[in-house]
Amino acid sequence: MKQERIYLDNNATTMVAPEARDAMLPFLGEKYGNPSSLHAFGGEIRHHLAEAHDHVYDLIDALDQDDVVINSCATEGNNTVLQGVYHTVVRNNAKNHIITSNVEHPSVLNTCKFLETLGVQVTYLPVNKEGIVTAEQVANAIIDRTALVSIMWANNETGAVFPVEAIAQAAKARGVLFHTDATQVIGKLPVSVRDRSIDFLTLSGHKFHAPKGVGALFVKAGVRLPPLLFGGEQMGGLRGGTHDVHNMIGLGMAALLAKKGITDEQTRIRALRDKLESTVLREISDTGVNGGTQHRTPNTANIWFKGVEGEAVLWDLNEHGIAASTGSACASGNEKASYVLLALGIGPEIAHSSIRFSLSRYTTEAEIDTALETIRTVIERLRNISFTYKKG
Amino acid sequence: MAKETLLSKGMWEQYSEKVRDRMNKPGHFGEITKDEAHKANLKLVDVIHGSEACGDAVQLFLLVDKDNVIKKARFKSFGCGTAIAASDMMAELCVGKTIDQALRITNLDVERALRDNPETPAVPGQKMHCSVMAYDVIKKAVASYKNVDIKEFDEAEIVCHCGRITRKQIEKAIIEKNLTTVEQVIEATGAGSYCGSCIRPGGHEEKNVYLVNILDDVLRRTGKKEEASVTTGVRDIPFSELKMPQKLKKIEAVLDQIVRPALAADHGGLEVMDLENTTVFISYTGSCAGCAGALHGTLDFIQKTLQEKLNASITVKPFQG
Repeated sequence: MKQERIYLDNNATTMVAPEARDAMLPFLGEKYGNPSSLHAFGGEIRHHLAEAHDHVYDLIDALDQDDVVINSCATEGNNTVLQGVYHTVVRNNAKNHIITSNVEHPSVLNTCKFLETLGVQVTYLPVNKEGIVTAEQVANAIIDRTALVSIMWANNETGAVFPVEAIAQAAKARGVLFHTDATQVIGKLPVSVRDRSIDFLTLSGHKFHAPKGVGALFVKAGVRLPPLLFGGEQMGGLRGGTHDVHNMIGLGMAALLAKKGITDEQTRIRALRDKLESTVLREISDTGVNGGTQHRTPNTANIWFKGVEGEAVLWDLNEHGIAASTGSACASGNEKASYVLLALGIGPEIAHSSIRFSLSRYTTEAEIDTALETIRTVIERLRNISFTYKKG
Repeated sequence: MAKETLLSKGMWEQYSEKVRDRMNKPGHFGEITKDEAHKANLKLVDVIHGSEACGDAVQLFLLVDKDNVIKKARFKSFGCGTAIAASDMMAELCVGKTIDQALRITNLDVERALRDNPETPAVPGQKMHCSVMAYDVIKKAVASYKNVDIKEFDEAEIVCHCGRITRKQIEKAIIEKNLTTVEQVIEATGAGSYCGSCIRPGGHEEKNVYLVNILDDVLRRTGKKEEASVTTGVRDIPFSELKMPQKLKKIEAVLDQIVRPALAADHGGLEVMDLENTTVFISYTGSCAGCAGALHGTLDFIQKTLQEKLNASITVKPFQG
């Protein structure tokens, strides 16, 4: 039976906005020139690229004198920042300490683990039960040898929004470089580097309706960061490699849409998320929300359902055409339970029973209503099979 | 690396139709009450294996007649879909068998019964442990029925529970095929090719013995590797009371005997750079030096090994030059 599919896994990836796709198509067709070329084939591309860059600069309120390097994704950006700071700061003077949190994306955590083998000392600040680290925690962890603070703006699993402005100020007050992985907050909440306390910001396009394979790295004017990819003089030498023209155009259009839609859409998405969450909590017994609900991206709900295993829930939801996600993969060799959820201080049995629903601007109220009905059915079936859940 | 490792396979796409059907419509889930057993004049067995915290738990109910024949089996499960499917098949296989026959059902029987065709595994390797759960719960049920300790059913020492491969089989292969690396052992015996927990410490489950230990043992016994001096000399003095050179000697011996052979399998190595009380600072050499992926697991493994062999308070850290 062919069924309508409902996509509630937008923190993993999003649909490419039709406007972004349309904007890209000419560059997968007749406009195939290399913008580095002198001739007309190259020349006709350049003003389109300039426009795309303008949109990306606007998205985060960057100044013209800043560098916003369009790259492949936030993983690349995070590697560029961490490895770059190692080369410019750690290798050249006495500073050899990095502060981050214990719920960062693997592209930050695993790069930090790698830097540890090169002699960098890394402090992994534990999040509180709201799922965030505070500016005070960061301030207390800064020592004379601290080269960089790298704290995500929002977490992918819980949606918890970190007090990034205050953390950035705390780092700045001590003359420490500050980086934030803003991947999960772009297009969901306003993001601005206007107060000039953020030195590096990274983002991924496919989390806000740009295509996969494109992202951006903001480097504040005056801050030095060597390239990760050496090559030609593209991007002012900050990132070698022929311009990924169609992806850059796609990112530009997605950035324009994200900036434009931030207020209206986010009110609407927040209302839908709240409806989903509050209905589940009200109508299905023994459920709860992981992390704090105060400071959260408006599209994310991470809900636990007592007595059912996460992957089984995902399977059942998928059978009904609904895509969601769980941090717990019931497979050997993987993390037994999500490190992000365990970091909140919840028990592994809760972590194993947790499902993340993440909405987007394309999510409709009708979809949420259908999803709610399905969630009820699925949880009832699995609780019936489970012996760890006893009604009553 | 190879093409297969570069593209991750979707786990769900590898489930057989039978697994899918039973995940969606398990026929044997449910409970058997004492009342029902009483009315039918049959003995009720009711056991639980696993826990929610581990992410996998199964409850098995059996109704057994006076001739020790299982008349009915039901299960309940807190687990993923494949755990539900494996439990369902396990329950079905139990029915009609005597208790002793049921004890001979292994996880491999459960998995084979779930195959669509004999050649293709019903689940990917990392999901084999779901069928091991199903097998373990039968053992527990039989032990409960017979009122004996579950240890009574321990067979020849099984190292790889997913593939039910014994220590003897592994040792035989190492000697006969002249194997020297743990990768060769996995290739030749199949042990460790499923969930991977039995290769070396640090996997999904803790084991009594790992492939790296067995390989090491055999290589030493057959004289292909020199005996380390871990068990000589200063053994009886508690580690914490040893002087620095003696501590270092013991650490080096353990590293030589257990850790370095495991790292060597991946063309890596390590050196002890410093020792402060019970904190060992190490530096990787060879391929380990640049390997970010090996870091958490490897560091944990080294620490666990030293804690186990020498002193529980030992911590291992990368050397900060």
